[in-house]
Amino acid sequence: MFNASAIAIVLATFLVLYRAIKGPRMYDRALAVNVIGTKTVVILALIGFIYKRPHFLDIALVYALMNFIATFAILKYIERGRLD
Amino acid sequence: MNITTIITGIFLTMGCFFSVVAAIGVVRFPDFYSRMHPAGKNDTLGQTLILTGLIIYEGFSFISIKLLLIIIFIFIVNPTATHAIAKAAYLAGVKPWEKKGSK
Amino acid sequence: MSFILTFIILFSFWILLSGYFDFMHLFLGIISSLFVAFISHDLMIGDVNIRRGFKKLLRFIRYLPWLLYQIALANLDIVYRTLHPNMPIAPRIIKFKTDLKTDMGIVTLANSITLTPGTVTIDVKNGEFIVHAIAEKPAEDLLEGEMQARVKIVEGG
Repeated sequence: MFNASAIAIVLATFLVLYRAIKGPRMYDRALAVNVIGTKTVVILALIGFIYKRPHFLDIALVYALMNFIATFAILKYIERGRLD
Repeated sequence: MNITTIITGIFLTMGCFFSVVAAIGVVRFPDFYSRMHPAGKNDTLGQTLILTGLIIYEGFSFISIKLLLIIIFIFIVNPTATHAIAKAAYLAGVKPWEKKGSK
Repeated sequence: MSFILTFIILFSFWILLSGYFDFMHLFLGIISSLFVAFISHDLMIGDVNIRRGFKKLLRFIRYLPWLLYQIALANLDIVYRTLHPNMPIAPRIIKFKTDLKTDMGIVTLANSITLTPGTVTIDVKNGEFIVHAIAEKPAEDLLEGEMQARVKIVEGG
């Protein structure tokens, strides 16, 4: 059951990856990367349940935080051209 | 096969459905602003459903509280990130797509 | 007051994430939570009136069921539009003024617009909302202003 859902979400991630590679503008890519990141959180949680290792949930939590900050970093870089 | 497993399965199936539809929407819609709709709504709901299913499977423990924390965080953060990207695109002057032939 | 609240929140977070209850972990947790709360207690929670905030929370909870119903509708709407072979969409950008006063009311309205069918908030400037609607019907529904009335009840006097 967990395996099937994880596979479905990985397939969905590949679909979004198409948009991230092809996306005509920078903003499409930022949006696609954000979606991929949030799907990764779910995949991590599912892996924790598949292999019976609850420590993966901590990684998922940290990844959710990092994904949020990374989106804002990308946007700031697009807008200003630098990150300081 | 007990009742918890069945409910978990229903939640996981619905969550996967919404996630896959969100991915299809991001690929299929013609312009940036329309792509925000599946990315901001369906994706959030799909993840929430899957993690809720995991909580039901797990029962009450530290793990389910952590999962609840992830759900709350994603529910606040995902629309916020969508807003931020939309606002950046709007300020940069991205034009919305309009259907050809419509008045 | 804000110092104690911040400390309680940080320490419960520590217990949640560590999951151990022996002396060493609890002691380290207390020390680090005290230190962080001492540095940043005025950042996390400003001056809040607890009783007013509680009443507002109650009104917000009464607003939630309608919001959840709208979220379900919104998702089914997007699923229909995505999977339909012709994609029945006609995107447009609409602007309207709001008369909500507090920041919290405006934030609630903006997030509710994003979560309800077919509309996403792009920007709010000086009480003017810029909203992207995916078709004609959601735009008309939004301009009727049912949601604004509901958020106004949450905001209170």
